[in-house]
Amino acid sequence: MVDGKAKSGPLLDIRNLRIEATVYPPGEAPRTITLVHDVSLTLEKGKVLGLIGESGAGKSTIGLSSMGYGRGGVRITGGEVILNGRDILTGGKEGLRKLRGREVCYVAQSAAAAFNPAHRLMDQVVEATLLHGTATRAEAEKRAVALFRKLSLPNPETIGERFPHQVSGGQLQRVMTAMALCSEPDLIVFDEPTTALDVTTQIDVLSAIKDAIRDTHVAALYITHDLAVVAQVSDEIMVLRHGRLVEWGGTHQIIKEPRQEYTNALVSVHQIEHQEQQPGTTPMLSVKNVTAAYGGGHVKVLKNVSVDIFPGQTLAVVGESGSGKSTLARAITGLLPPEKGSVVFDGRTLANRLADRPKEDLRQLQMIYQMADVAMNPRQTVGTIIGRPLEFYFGMKGRERDKRVAELLDEIEMGKGFVDRYPAELSGGQKQRVCIARSLAAKPKLIICDEVTSALDPLVAHGILKLLLNLQQIEKVAYLFITHDLATVKSIADSIAVMYRGEVVRYGSKSKVLTPPFDAYTDLLLSSVPEMEIGWLEKAIKGRRMESAGN
Amino acid sequence: MSSPIVKLVAQRIALGILLLLAVSVLIFAGTQILPGDVAQAILGQSATPESLANLREQLGLNQPAYIRYFHWLGGVLTGDLGTAMSSGQDIATSIKERLWNTLFLAFWAAIVAIPLAITLGLIAVRYRNGWVDKLISGVALASTSFPEFFIGYLLVFYFAVQHQWFPAISTVYDGMPLGERLQAIALPAAALTLVVLAHMMRMTRAAILNVMQSAYVETAELKGLSAAAVIRKHAFPNAIAPIINVVMLNLAYLVVGVVVVEVIFVYPGMGQYLVDHVTKRDVPVVQAVGLIFAAVYITLNIIADIAAIVANPRLRHPK
Amino acid sequence: MLDIRRIPLPSLAGLVLTALFVLAAIFAPLIAPHGNAEIIGDVWEPMSAAHWLGTDNLGRDLLSRMIYGARITLFIAVLATALSFSLGAILGFSAAVFGGWYDTILSRLVDLLMSIPTLIMGLVVLSVLPSNLVTLILVMGILDSTRVYRLSRAVAVDINVMDYVEAAKLRGEGSGWIIFREILPNALSPLVSELGLRFIYAVLFLSTLSFLGLGVQPPDADWGGMVKENKDGIVFGIPAALIPAAAIAALAISVNLVADWVLNRTTSLKGGRG
Repeated sequence: MVDGKAKSGPLLDIRNLRIEATVYPPGEAPRTITLVHDVSLTLEKGKVLGLIGESGAGKSTIGLSSMGYGRGGVRITGGEVILNGRDILTGGKEGLRKLRGREVCYVAQSAAAAFNPAHRLMDQVVEATLLHGTATRAEAEKRAVALFRKLSLPNPETIGERFPHQVSGGQLQRVMTAMALCSEPDLIVFDEPTTALDVTTQIDVLSAIKDAIRDTHVAALYITHDLAVVAQVSDEIMVLRHGRLVEWGGTHQIIKEPRQEYTNALVSVHQIEHQEQQPGTTPMLSVKNVTAAYGGGHVKVLKNVSVDIFPGQTLAVVGESGSGKSTLARAITGLLPPEKGSVVFDGRTLANRLADRPKEDLRQLQMIYQMADVAMNPRQTVGTIIGRPLEFYFGMKGRERDKRVAELLDEIEMGKGFVDRYPAELSGGQKQRVCIARSLAAKPKLIICDEVTSALDPLVAHGILKLLLNLQQIEKVAYLFITHDLATVKSIADSIAVMYRGEVVRYGSKSKVLTPPFDAYTDLLLSSVPEMEIGWLEKAIKGRRMESAGN
Repeated sequence: MSSPIVKLVAQRIALGILLLLAVSVLIFAGTQILPGDVAQAILGQSATPESLANLREQLGLNQPAYIRYFHWLGGVLTGDLGTAMSSGQDIATSIKERLWNTLFLAFWAAIVAIPLAITLGLIAVRYRNGWVDKLISGVALASTSFPEFFIGYLLVFYFAVQHQWFPAISTVYDGMPLGERLQAIALPAAALTLVVLAHMMRMTRAAILNVMQSAYVETAELKGLSAAAVIRKHAFPNAIAPIINVVMLNLAYLVVGVVVVEVIFVYPGMGQYLVDHVTKRDVPVVQAVGLIFAAVYITLNIIADIAAIVANPRLRHPK
Repeated sequence: MLDIRRIPLPSLAGLVLTALFVLAAIFAPLIAPHGNAEIIGDVWEPMSAAHWLGTDNLGRDLLSRMIYGARITLFIAVLATALSFSLGAILGFSAAVFGGWYDTILSRLVDLLMSIPTLIMGLVVLSVLPSNLVTLILVMGILDSTRVYRLSRAVAVDINVMDYVEAAKLRGEGSGWIIFREILPNALSPLVSELGLRFIYAVLFLSTLSFLGLGVQPPDADWGGMVKENKDGIVFGIPAALIPAAAIAALAISVNLVADWVLNRTTSLKGGRG
């Protein structure tokens, strides 16, 4: 998709960009921090540059600087942003206003929040076009409908009459892309446009965005933390860390021949050595035909679910939002007593209600949560948080307890200095480690891990997964691993249960579950997980089309 | 207008009527069933047994409470508020003019306060975290800490005593020309305005700020809309409901402020009437006036809720 | 732990003023130059070296009256706040933790009480109750406890659904640990700042009642009552009534500043270590 009539010079040329922000920590004097340190990049017409990095890498901030925009107290304090041959930072407010929505458009992560709830979609889609006077209303609406069609939105003729809340999240994300394309800009900034979506929705939106970029010859900055996603749409990739450039190169070079260690770590993040264990003979925990519902039996969220977990092994439960996978955890722990069925642990049937279970049963079955920040009492120190189960279950006191806390901190690879810290003084990964230590303190036989890595950056998540596998070796503990992320599942599970709308649609050892023939849903799910291969997206979409034609 | 809205509004109104009934029970109970004998309280410790018995008979205290309640409620619903014990006058007749006076005062206070509060709130948002915003917030904090009578007497001291621009006492009478009447209520209206202004402004500021920080306002800015267009097209349609809500809640607050302000300026309104008769322990008057105040307050709250319901696009355009 | 230099200036000013008012209230008989009811001069004498704030409508020393007035004002406001706070917080917390019909009945009752303006309900009730301090404190405390109930219930409900509370329940902890070790420490900072606001409200409410002649009865007078006593002087250009009114405002503002500061300090989640 090389634009034959390329003018001399790149479309976008950012030179030595420096971005600062003033932060106001409570009770302290405000201070200025630097978010982006002298980053330079260029982008040719019609090309896509992927900006990738973990949270705090400054990728969104750089993306928005191409529109001369800074969120909150963020200011561009140095460098030049040259767009179509002129430095936009010197053009004043009026100049920026003329360029926003005309030369550069923006697609936000959460389209649901980015659309005004008070206006119809069509009015919002054509607003920028009309504002900049590039088309009449009739022309703009015609263009919008064509874009809706191109982005495979249902009812392209009428969807514009709807209000944002009447349209699903994946569709809104495509409408937002249409909104960006409608004023025929030279450049679109995509800010994590598929991150909030389920995998099976993500692939459709991703492919729609890719086709639209190709057909309209627009250039794009594609911002994401997922290297596999960005590999599908970009010509080049720029890796950022802490507001500094790490590596910049062609997509193939970055994912196949990374030159920097950090890039390499990002590329190989999903590769964990784990030997699959064969299911034993006697399960440690059996979920037998469990049916559970919310709202007094009205909303069935689990339908006749049966799974087994064997001692020292990992069962991964995968599914998208609303599949009932977290409800399964609540049913096992007794937080949501099942309507039918039973949970058998170590040969004895557990009481349905949490309140009826003896302390010993509670000790054997621990849980780790997705959001480590809210899983720990912010008013308790790490020492108290880890020490409490020791006191509570084993009656440990004083030095004996402190010694065990120190041992546990060692096991989670955190030093002694952390005992007196409060959760707010820890990083995201450290918080999750403390939660792991808290559950280990009870010496349980089974730990339920509810999306424990999905709120973390990939490298941090990688560290947590490795730690969990190590601890499994040492403590011989079993995991029930709930996740929506198939890559995680592939790396750590011994057996897998795939859930869809409250039912287990596929269940067995990992190798069995991941070997064809697949049922329809598992196939859809597996084929939707982005792989770090150029051209994967086309293959996956083609595979799907053939299948739907075959059906 | 589609059915969910109609249903919700109907529900809210029904709830309001139910609440009013409950409030009437509460007010009745508050004056009748509390410890202490009403007759004793009215006549004082030195009352003779005969006079106590007479008064009890007169108040119908010998009947069970619930019968007295329904009797009273039936009267209220047919416009009969009973007679004042202290003067023997018909309460409904004495209230009519005073109610009109109070509404007149509250109306003018609202006319000034609402646009002023919204404008100041907008200015505070426009220059947020700047010195204008800080000044406005500081003054607002101070004035919420001021008792109503401090504001009132400061106004009197400066404008009526030192400069004699306005009267210190707001005398109004039947057939008073509008101009004179307005001059008479200038100071109490100003005091009332100041009483509600700070609250209203702070809440308006918060409501607008909340909308201005939403992602769709950023989207509009990134389309190249001017600041004015962003506010007019994108912020305002979403801010209008919370602002109406703020205004109504503060008008309800004004209902309370009016009591004190009327006493300060000896203004012949409902508040003055209520306070006088609380001092005289004239229970029928207190019940009647208390119920009217509560009814106004509840009605304004219902309007605030209905405004929020009607302005919600999710309810206006259901899936 | 508490470094005075790190307190922002407005909060420090609030702290000092509040402390002054409290000291004046406690040591009133020692500080006041004259007795509370002692007539020492002419009616409404202007400020002078002998009488710093002048004299009042009966020729009593205004400064001495102010100091004794601080005592009554603070005494009633503190007791009413203590009552409203303990009542509201206990009921609100228990409603959040126990839930069910207990919560429903309490919450509906509070909704009902709050649908009538506090001042109006106060006036209605005071019209039949005997005028004394106990009645006043009870009426103020009970009417105001509805606000505390709403807040503490809302705060406790929010905390009760947090994962760390769920984690404690899964561990098998009893309701004692959950209320006092998990919920209470995290509910403290909104409650403490609410305590300040409720106290200000109690001062203003008391002053209003006394100003209307329904609060503290003569010859005792709180600041609101002193405004009432001296209000007739205003039209003659005598500012005696403005002094107690200003004192109420000053007290309210300084407590406000302190409450703001406490809120800011305790919300930092590092256990107050900065």
